[in-house]
Amino acid sequence: MLFGFGCSQENQTKGVTVWHWMTDRQESFLKLAQQYQEQTGIEVRFELYAPSELYSRKTIAAAQASVLPDIYGILGEKKRLASFIEGGFVANLSPDFEANEGIWEKNLFVKAINVNRFEEGNVYGIKPGIYGVPLDVTNIQMLYNKNILKKAGIDQPPLTFDQFIKDAVILRRMGIDGFVSGWGEAWIIECFASNYAFNIMGEEKIMATYRGEVSYTDPDWITVFNIFKILKDKNIFVEGIVTKGNKYAEQDFALERAAFAFNGSWCVNVYDKMNPDLNYGTMLPPRYNLESPMKIWGGAGSSLVVNPTSKNKQAAINFLKWLTAKEQQAFLSKQTKNLPANRHALSFLPKILSQFASSMEDATHPSIWKHNENLLVSEAFAKGIQSIIIGEKTPEEAARDIQAVKVYEMEKDKKRLNR
Amino acid sequence: MKLSLYLNRYKATKVLGSIFLHTFLMAVAITCLFPLIWMFRSALMTNQTIFVDKGIVPSSIHFENFYLAWTKGGFGMYFFNSVVYTVCVVFGIVIISSLAAYAFSRLKFPGKNLFFYMFLIAMMIPLPGSFVPLYVLMNKLHLVNTRIGYILCMINVGLSLSIYILKTFFDKMPSALEDAARMDGCSKLGIWLHVALPLARPAIAAIVIFNTLTVWNEYILATLLLNDKSLMPLQRGLMVFQGTHSVDYPLLMAGLTITVAPVVLVYLFMQKHIIKGLSAGAIVG
Amino acid sequence: MIKNKVISRFSFLEFKGVFENYLFILPAVVIFALFYIYPFYEIFNLSLHEWNGISSVRQFIGIDNFKEIMQDKVWWSSMWNAGYITIIALTFQNMLAFSLALSCDRDIRMRKFYRVIFYLPPILSEVVVGLVWQWILNSGVQGGEPIGLLNYFLTKVHLYHLVHNWLSDPKTVLTCIALVHSWKGFGWGFIILLAGLQTIDRQLYEAAQVDGAGVFSIFKNITIPMMMPVFILVMILTILGSMQVFILVLSMVGQGLVYHTEVPVTRILVSMMGTGRFGYACAQGVVFGLILIIGSFMIKKISAKVKQE
Repeated sequence: MLFGFGCSQENQTKGVTVWHWMTDRQESFLKLAQQYQEQTGIEVRFELYAPSELYSRKTIAAAQASVLPDIYGILGEKKRLASFIEGGFVANLSPDFEANEGIWEKNLFVKAINVNRFEEGNVYGIKPGIYGVPLDVTNIQMLYNKNILKKAGIDQPPLTFDQFIKDAVILRRMGIDGFVSGWGEAWIIECFASNYAFNIMGEEKIMATYRGEVSYTDPDWITVFNIFKILKDKNIFVEGIVTKGNKYAEQDFALERAAFAFNGSWCVNVYDKMNPDLNYGTMLPPRYNLESPMKIWGGAGSSLVVNPTSKNKQAAINFLKWLTAKEQQAFLSKQTKNLPANRHALSFLPKILSQFASSMEDATHPSIWKHNENLLVSEAFAKGIQSIIIGEKTPEEAARDIQAVKVYEMEKDKKRLNR
Repeated sequence: MKLSLYLNRYKATKVLGSIFLHTFLMAVAITCLFPLIWMFRSALMTNQTIFVDKGIVPSSIHFENFYLAWTKGGFGMYFFNSVVYTVCVVFGIVIISSLAAYAFSRLKFPGKNLFFYMFLIAMMIPLPGSFVPLYVLMNKLHLVNTRIGYILCMINVGLSLSIYILKTFFDKMPSALEDAARMDGCSKLGIWLHVALPLARPAIAAIVIFNTLTVWNEYILATLLLNDKSLMPLQRGLMVFQGTHSVDYPLLMAGLTITVAPVVLVYLFMQKHIIKGLSAGAIVG
Repeated sequence: MIKNKVISRFSFLEFKGVFENYLFILPAVVIFALFYIYPFYEIFNLSLHEWNGISSVRQFIGIDNFKEIMQDKVWWSSMWNAGYITIIALTFQNMLAFSLALSCDRDIRMRKFYRVIFYLPPILSEVVVGLVWQWILNSGVQGGEPIGLLNYFLTKVHLYHLVHNWLSDPKTVLTCIALVHSWKGFGWGFIILLAGLQTIDRQLYEAAQVDGAGVFSIFKNITIPMMMPVFILVMILTILGSMQVFILVLSMVGQGLVYHTEVPVTRILVSMMGTGRFGYACAQGVVFGLILIIGSFMIKKISAKVKQE
């Protein structure tokens, strides 16, 4: 009876098993796996587990039971990747990247690789090296609807924050919502705030804040928070922006309910499905501080890691090398409208994606920063901004609340270290 | 003359009361039906029109969405799995929990109350973090990625509530029939099978409905414990339409409609038993 | 000697009888021990440790997690939010369920139709319910017209001042979630209460009417007392179900409106998957469970007292 009820993992020693969460790409992955089998005779099994939160739980449970597959992905902050590495669940791929005069490494975008790299002297205590393979590259920018702007008599997307406000006021007078983004999700609020923080105070001061040396009530941070207050006061946001999931924000922009959006390069695929006639372009968030550059978040979109205890470790690594080669990257890019991780696959990009790609220069990413903020403080940060947007708190009050959480969390961390 | 006036007023209030009652009932019924209607109507639209068109009847009807959802979502296999899991789990729970509930209600053995409270308390303490130790245990028992493993796990999910409901019901049962059966030389198991179970039909119908719903709509444990696509239930098929960044709404709605239909049928079939069984019991008792 | 034989045979029979009785509960206990007791023990054990869920190192810290929970303001505010949803469920949802059950208890037209319809919301998955109601309560505007059905309807009947941003106003969002949860849940209470009402012997009603008792008096002296155990069951199930709500919250307001829509289960998930503190998450789970148990037992105690009066 047990037989009739199912099979177990024992007959999967040949071939390579990949666990992932990318629903949109499963079809493309399956096609590529078939191609690979025809070329090399090695079977590659792509197993999809969605949604991504459930996927993370599964990998954690499988790690504990020591049944992780040959290839899988680790979602979340750098800290989690560090934990997995410490637990011995992730292979150090530096030797393979550096082999043959580092050809594999050179073919891929530096920023994409760096998201998976641990530098010398990192705060997690991980041996320096590259631990993951990027499959694609993304960045998060602002978008503008060309038709709406033209209708409002605005020929050029705004380059400065003041100009942005002026444009949005004109749009508001015409009854058009200025700005939409999925700010029901904490990470994307953080992203927007972080971009302006980089512009206003620079990376060093932000790192100092994360270390606890600068308070969130510092005038520069208040300026950052104040940006949200200004946007709210000028009635620029789409209604209900603070509970909007990113999927719904994408809908709003695709259905031309807002003139500007803040979203990542994956949106190209989404907008195309919902409204193929949408006429839009990309722009950096308009600068507040005109003397400093604006930074956006960008780097590897999705990455995969290799299980060091896998019996097919080398086969897995070879497959990943193949997957990130120019032809496969071009295929994936065309099918899923994502930016490739391989720099030589760029020539196959449609126009709007090239716009995204060209801004990679200005990109940074939390995974490459020296320090990262404590998650509960980041949560308080994002929620504090939400409360500014709905008018519940002033920037100063929100800053005080966030700083209080920061102080509390730092004390807890100290206690934990002393145990 | 006065009498007819009274009768008229009485009739009037009765009619008014009846109108009021039915309006109230209808209003609630409409709010209950609305999501189903919306789901069905959305399933007939396209991604472009689904949120723009506010009408109940879509301007262009796309019945092929159902076919697409079935094939693209691989529903054939998932449907089969869902049915297998639901039937096995519900059957298992009915047998196991009615045996236990009967024992807790009618049989004597040391530690009876202790065991019963154990089941009760389990109902009250959720275990959100339990998936890790559960997975490790299942892995040791070689039950990961097997149908039987998932079925056993799901039986456990519904066990406490089913035992509680059945025991409450068995407690209210008159013991006359049982005593008669025992005097006829019926074994304990025989009494359980021939006397207790038939009398408990409404309660059993209730736990069949509850557990069918639980298993049919479950996807968290399924995703965690199962790897092979061929073992996955229906809810997993629906996940395919909810991409990481974009949702294919019409197909998702079509898929959801297909998913909801069997449960509605089970309910339609079972709810007759609850009421039928209960009224029979009232007359006999 | 015959006496001894009789005694030993009697004890053997007794033993056999008790052993058979254990067999009745054996399958349930075995499954329960494997799939609940073992994980429960692990969770309880983990709550006394600091662990990130991944490394092989678990640090024993005694009751430090529990001490930390006591000072966790966000945790207790999430408890309060869930409590608010539960209170609305206990009152609004169950009153609705009871009045509907009473109505359907009698021989009115379309009784069977209503019986089926009222149970439809619980059948729907919380994802669908969240999606539909989010669309209804949407406060967006396009081209001057509200997108959400409720606001659209309100403008059509010229009740402009009632148009509101339901899901993004801290004052209304939790109530909206609570009402949607009640809407989804009243079907359960409806079925159980209806089943309970139908077990009340009709002859009792007839006898009371013959004695000249009015509708109100029948209700107070027959219906309510006989329904007491069913009320308790429904109340306990409502509390357990409402305190554990979270999928509905996630599909209606995503990661939430500031901290106003946090509920205990979402906080546990944050501890588990966000900050990666499994020990702390397990401790939160234990505290949560204890509160639920205490709540349920309090209800049973109160009902026992009421019964005595």
